[in-house]
Amino acid sequence: MEKIPILKMGGFLLVTIQVDMHDQLAMALQDDLTQMISQTEARGVLIDISSLEIVDSFIGRMLANIAAMSRVLDAQTVVVGMQPAVAITLVELGLSLPGVRTALNVDAGMDVLRSSVNGARGIYDGRIH
Amino acid sequence: MTVVSTENVPVMTEPDVVAVRRRVREAAAQLGFSLVDQTKVVTAASELARNTIIYGGGGHMLMERLNGPRNGLRLTFKDDGPGIADITMALRDGFTTGSGLGLGLGGAKRLCSEFDIISAPGAGTKVTITRWK
Repeated sequence: MEKIPILKMGGFLLVTIQVDMHDQLAMALQDDLTQMISQTEARGVLIDISSLEIVDSFIGRMLANIAAMSRVLDAQTVVVGMQPAVAITLVELGLSLPGVRTALNVDAGMDVLRSSVNGARGIYDGRIH
Repeated sequence: MTVVSTENVPVMTEPDVVAVRRRVREAAAQLGFSLVDQTKVVTAASELARNTIIYGGGGHMLMERLNGPRNGLRLTFKDDGPGIADITMALRDGFTTGSGLGLGLGGAKRLCSEFDIISAPGAGTKVTITRWK
Protein backbone atom coordinates (compact mmCIF):
# COMPACT_ATOMS: atom_id res chain seq x y z
CA MET A 1 0.00 0.00 0.00
CA GLU A 2 1.22 3.51 -0.78
CA LYS A 3 2.42 5.58 2.15
CA ILE A 4 3.25 9.18 2.83
CA PRO A 5 6.93 9.41 3.83
CA ILE A 6 7.86 10.88 7.20
CA LEU A 7 11.36 12.38 7.45
CA LYS A 8 13.25 12.87 10.68
CA MET A 9 15.32 16.00 10.95
CA GLY A 10 16.97 16.63 14.31
CA GLY A 11 14.22 16.52 16.91
CA PHE A 12 11.48 17.15 14.37
CA LEU A 13 9.43 15.08 11.94
CA LEU A 14 8.66 16.45 8.50
CA VAL A 15 5.80 15.38 6.29
CA THR A 16 5.10 16.71 2.82
CA ILE A 17 1.75 15.62 1.47
CA GLN A 18 2.11 15.54 -2.29
CA VAL A 19 -0.70 13.24 -3.36
CA ASP A 20 -4.45 13.64 -3.39
CA MET A 21 -5.11 11.50 -0.33
CA HIS A 22 -7.95 9.07 -0.11
CA ASP A 23 -9.30 8.54 3.39
CA GLN A 24 -7.37 5.35 4.20
CA LEU A 25 -4.10 7.04 3.31
CA ALA A 26 -4.94 9.94 5.62
CA MET A 27 -5.75 7.52 8.44
CA ALA A 28 -2.49 5.64 7.84
CA LEU A 29 -0.53 8.89 8.05
CA GLN A 30 -2.18 9.68 11.37
CA ASP A 31 -1.20 6.27 12.77
CA ASP A 32 2.34 6.34 11.32
CA LEU A 33 3.00 9.81 12.70
CA THR A 34 1.95 8.98 16.24
CA GLN A 35 4.12 5.83 16.10
CA MET A 36 7.08 7.86 14.83
CA ILE A 37 6.69 10.54 17.51
CA SER A 38 6.76 7.86 20.16
CA GLN A 39 9.71 5.97 18.62
CA THR A 40 11.90 8.97 17.86
CA GLU A 41 10.80 11.12 20.82
CA ALA A 42 10.32 13.96 18.36
CA ARG A 43 9.34 17.28 19.91
CA GLY A 44 7.80 18.76 16.80
CA VAL A 45 5.92 17.77 13.65
CA LEU A 46 5.80 19.90 10.53
CA ILE A 47 3.19 19.06 7.89
CA ASP A 48 3.56 20.77 4.53
CA ILE A 49 0.24 20.87 2.67
CA SER A 50 1.27 23.34 -0.04
CA SER A 51 0.60 20.69 -2.72
CA LEU A 52 -2.91 19.94 -1.44
CA GLU A 53 -5.56 21.39 -3.75
CA ILE A 54 -8.37 20.81 -1.30
CA VAL A 55 -8.82 20.13 2.40
CA ASP A 56 -12.25 18.70 3.06
CA SER A 57 -13.75 17.85 6.44
CA PHE A 58 -12.04 14.46 6.55
CA ILE A 59 -8.54 15.80 5.89
CA GLY A 60 -9.25 18.72 8.22
CA ARG A 61 -10.20 16.31 10.95
CA MET A 62 -7.03 14.30 10.32
CA LEU A 63 -4.90 17.44 10.74
CA ALA A 64 -6.72 18.32 13.97
CA ASN A 65 -6.31 14.73 15.25
CA ILE A 66 -2.59 14.71 14.50
CA ALA A 67 -2.18 18.01 16.35
CA ALA A 68 -4.13 16.70 19.35
CA MET A 69 -2.36 13.32 19.47
CA SER A 70 1.09 14.82 19.13
CA ARG A 71 0.28 17.29 21.92
CA VAL A 72 -0.59 14.37 24.19
CA LEU A 73 2.75 12.83 23.21
CA ASP A 74 4.53 16.08 24.13
CA ALA A 75 5.16 17.24 20.57
CA GLN A 76 4.02 20.39 18.75
CA THR A 77 2.44 20.24 15.29
CA VAL A 78 2.53 23.02 12.78
CA VAL A 79 0.72 22.87 9.42
CA VAL A 80 2.36 24.98 6.74
CA GLY A 81 1.75 26.17 3.21
CA MET A 82 -2.03 26.11 2.94
CA GLN A 83 -3.11 27.58 -0.38
CA PRO A 84 -5.31 30.71 -0.04
CA ALA A 85 -8.17 29.12 -2.00
CA VAL A 86 -8.05 26.14 0.37
CA ALA A 87 -8.16 28.42 3.42
CA ILE A 88 -11.19 30.32 2.07
CA THR A 89 -13.02 27.09 1.28
CA LEU A 90 -12.16 25.46 4.60
CA VAL A 91 -13.62 28.32 6.64
CA GLU A 92 -16.75 28.44 4.49
CA LEU A 93 -17.11 24.70 4.93
CA GLY A 94 -17.22 25.35 8.67
CA LEU A 95 -13.74 24.22 9.72
CA SER A 96 -11.33 26.69 11.24
CA LEU A 97 -8.92 24.01 12.55
CA PRO A 98 -8.97 25.03 16.21
CA GLY A 99 -5.92 23.75 18.06
CA VAL A 100 -3.84 23.47 14.89
CA ARG A 101 -0.88 25.83 14.64
CA THR A 102 -0.22 27.09 11.14
CA ALA A 103 2.53 28.97 9.36
CA LEU A 104 2.81 30.34 5.84
CA ASN A 105 5.78 28.25 4.74
CA VAL A 106 8.30 25.65 5.89
CA ASP A 107 10.81 28.24 7.15
CA ALA A 108 8.23 30.01 9.28
CA GLY A 109 6.93 26.66 10.51
CA MET A 110 10.40 25.55 11.59
CA ASP A 111 10.77 28.83 13.52
CA VAL A 112 7.48 28.14 15.29
CA LEU A 113 8.62 24.64 16.27
CA ARG A 114 12.09 25.74 17.42
CA SER A 115 10.77 28.58 19.54
CA SER A 116 8.00 26.51 21.10
CA VAL A 117 10.41 23.70 22.00
CA ASN A 118 13.07 26.08 23.30
CA GLY A 119 10.43 28.07 25.17
CA ALA A 120 9.16 24.95 26.90
CA ARG A 121 12.72 23.99 27.83
CA GLY A 122 13.30 27.43 29.38
CA ILE A 123 10.32 27.04 31.69
CA TYR A 124 11.50 23.59 32.67
CA ASP A 125 15.04 24.84 33.50
CA GLY A 126 13.52 27.62 35.57
CA ARG A 127 11.76 25.10 37.75
CA ILE A 128 14.86 23.05 38.43
CA HIS A 129 17.27 25.81 39.35
CA MET B 1 -30.10 26.98 -20.16
CA THR B 2 -28.73 23.96 -21.97
CA VAL B 3 -26.83 20.93 -20.77
CA VAL B 4 -23.63 20.89 -22.79
CA SER B 5 -22.32 17.54 -21.65
CA THR B 6 -23.03 14.86 -19.11
CA GLU B 7 -20.75 12.35 -17.49
CA ASN B 8 -21.47 9.52 -15.09
CA VAL B 9 -18.88 8.72 -12.45
CA PRO B 10 -19.20 5.71 -10.13
CA VAL B 11 -18.97 6.48 -6.41
CA MET B 12 -18.51 3.08 -4.81
CA THR B 13 -15.14 3.01 -3.05
CA GLU B 14 -12.78 5.45 -1.35
CA PRO B 15 -10.48 5.84 -4.37
CA ASP B 16 -13.61 6.89 -6.29
CA VAL B 17 -13.77 9.99 -4.07
CA VAL B 18 -10.34 10.98 -5.37
CA ALA B 19 -11.53 10.32 -8.95
CA VAL B 20 -14.62 12.49 -8.35
CA ARG B 21 -12.43 15.34 -7.10
CA ARG B 22 -10.20 15.07 -10.19
CA ARG B 23 -13.10 14.98 -12.68
CA VAL B 24 -14.90 17.89 -11.03
CA ARG B 25 -11.67 19.90 -10.92
CA GLU B 26 -11.08 19.32 -14.66
CA ALA B 27 -14.64 20.31 -15.56
CA ALA B 28 -14.62 23.42 -13.35
CA ALA B 29 -11.29 24.52 -14.82
CA GLN B 30 -12.57 23.97 -18.38
CA LEU B 31 -15.63 26.09 -17.60
CA GLY B 32 -13.32 28.91 -16.57
CA PHE B 33 -14.12 28.88 -12.84
CA SER B 34 -11.77 30.92 -10.67
CA LEU B 35 -9.35 28.94 -8.51
CA VAL B 36 -11.42 29.68 -5.39
CA ASP B 37 -14.64 28.57 -7.09
CA GLN B 38 -12.93 25.42 -8.39
CA THR B 39 -11.74 24.64 -4.89
CA LYS B 40 -15.20 25.20 -3.41
CA VAL B 41 -17.03 22.95 -5.84
CA VAL B 42 -14.36 20.22 -5.63
CA THR B 43 -14.53 20.32 -1.82
CA ALA B 44 -18.33 20.12 -1.87
CA ALA B 45 -18.13 17.17 -4.29
CA SER B 46 -15.64 15.44 -2.01
CA GLU B 47 -17.99 15.75 0.98
CA LEU B 48 -20.99 14.48 -0.97
CA ALA B 49 -19.07 11.61 -2.59
CA ARG B 50 -17.92 10.44 0.84
CA ASN B 51 -21.51 10.64 2.14
CA THR B 52 -22.68 8.59 -0.84
CA ILE B 53 -20.25 5.83 0.11
CA ILE B 54 -20.46 5.92 3.91
CA TYR B 55 -24.18 6.55 4.38
CA GLY B 56 -25.60 5.50 1.02
CA GLY B 57 -23.57 2.35 0.52
CA GLY B 58 -22.29 3.65 -2.82
CA GLY B 59 -23.93 5.18 -5.87
CA HIS B 60 -22.90 7.47 -8.66
CA MET B 61 -22.38 11.08 -9.59
CA LEU B 62 -23.91 12.68 -12.66
CA MET B 63 -21.86 15.66 -13.79
CA GLU B 64 -23.47 18.15 -16.17
CA ARG B 65 -21.85 21.17 -17.75
CA LEU B 66 -24.45 23.90 -18.13
CA ASN B 67 -24.53 26.71 -20.64
CA GLY B 68 -26.84 29.66 -20.19
CA PRO B 69 -26.53 33.28 -19.17
CA ARG B 70 -23.64 31.92 -17.12
CA ASN B 71 -21.68 28.70 -17.31
CA GLY B 72 -22.27 26.28 -14.51
CA LEU B 73 -21.56 22.85 -13.21
CA ARG B 74 -24.33 20.66 -11.83
CA LEU B 75 -23.48 17.57 -9.81
CA THR B 76 -26.04 14.98 -8.75
CA PHE B 77 -25.06 12.34 -6.19
CA LYS B 78 -27.47 9.45 -6.04
CA ASP B 79 -27.53 6.35 -3.91
CA ASP B 80 -30.06 3.65 -3.09
CA GLY B 81 -29.13 3.52 0.58
CA PRO B 82 -31.34 3.77 3.66
CA GLY B 83 -32.22 7.42 3.03
CA ILE B 84 -32.47 10.28 5.51
CA ALA B 85 -35.38 10.46 7.97
CA ASP B 86 -34.91 14.08 9.06
CA ILE B 87 -33.30 16.23 6.37
CA THR B 88 -33.42 19.43 8.45
CA MET B 89 -31.47 17.68 11.17
CA ALA B 90 -29.02 16.16 8.67
CA LEU B 91 -28.22 19.63 7.31
CA ARG B 92 -27.42 20.99 10.74
CA ASP B 93 -23.71 21.51 11.42
CA GLY B 94 -22.34 19.04 13.89
CA PHE B 95 -25.10 16.50 13.37
CA THR B 96 -23.90 13.08 12.27
CA THR B 97 -25.10 9.51 12.52
CA GLY B 98 -21.59 8.36 11.61
CA SER B 99 -18.18 9.19 12.99
CA GLY B 100 -17.54 12.34 10.97
CA LEU B 101 -17.71 15.98 11.94
CA GLY B 102 -21.24 16.52 10.67
CA LEU B 103 -20.11 19.22 8.25
CA GLY B 104 -20.60 17.36 4.97
CA LEU B 105 -24.13 18.26 3.90
CA GLY B 106 -24.32 21.72 5.47
CA GLY B 107 -20.80 22.53 4.30
CA ALA B 108 -21.50 21.39 0.74
CA LYS B 109 -24.62 23.57 0.72
CA ARG B 110 -22.64 26.63 1.79
CA LEU B 111 -20.01 26.03 -0.90
CA CYS B 112 -22.48 26.02 -3.81
CA SER B 113 -24.90 28.36 -5.52
CA GLU B 114 -27.83 25.94 -5.45
CA PHE B 115 -28.51 22.90 -3.31
CA ASP B 116 -31.30 20.37 -3.43
CA ILE B 117 -31.81 17.15 -1.53
CA ILE B 118 -34.45 14.48 -1.99
CA SER B 119 -34.48 11.59 0.43
CA ALA B 120 -36.82 9.39 2.41
CA PRO B 121 -36.32 6.34 4.59
CA GLY B 122 -35.83 3.32 2.34
CA ALA B 123 -35.84 5.43 -0.81
CA GLY B 124 -32.19 6.43 -1.11
CA THR B 125 -30.79 9.92 -1.33
CA LYS B 126 -30.31 12.33 -4.21
CA VAL B 127 -28.30 15.50 -3.62
CA THR B 128 -27.93 18.05 -6.41
CA ILE B 129 -25.57 20.99 -6.25
CA THR B 130 -24.94 23.67 -8.85
CA ARG B 131 -22.14 26.16 -8.95
CA TRP B 132 -22.46 29.02 -11.42
CA LYS B 133 -19.44 30.79 -12.78
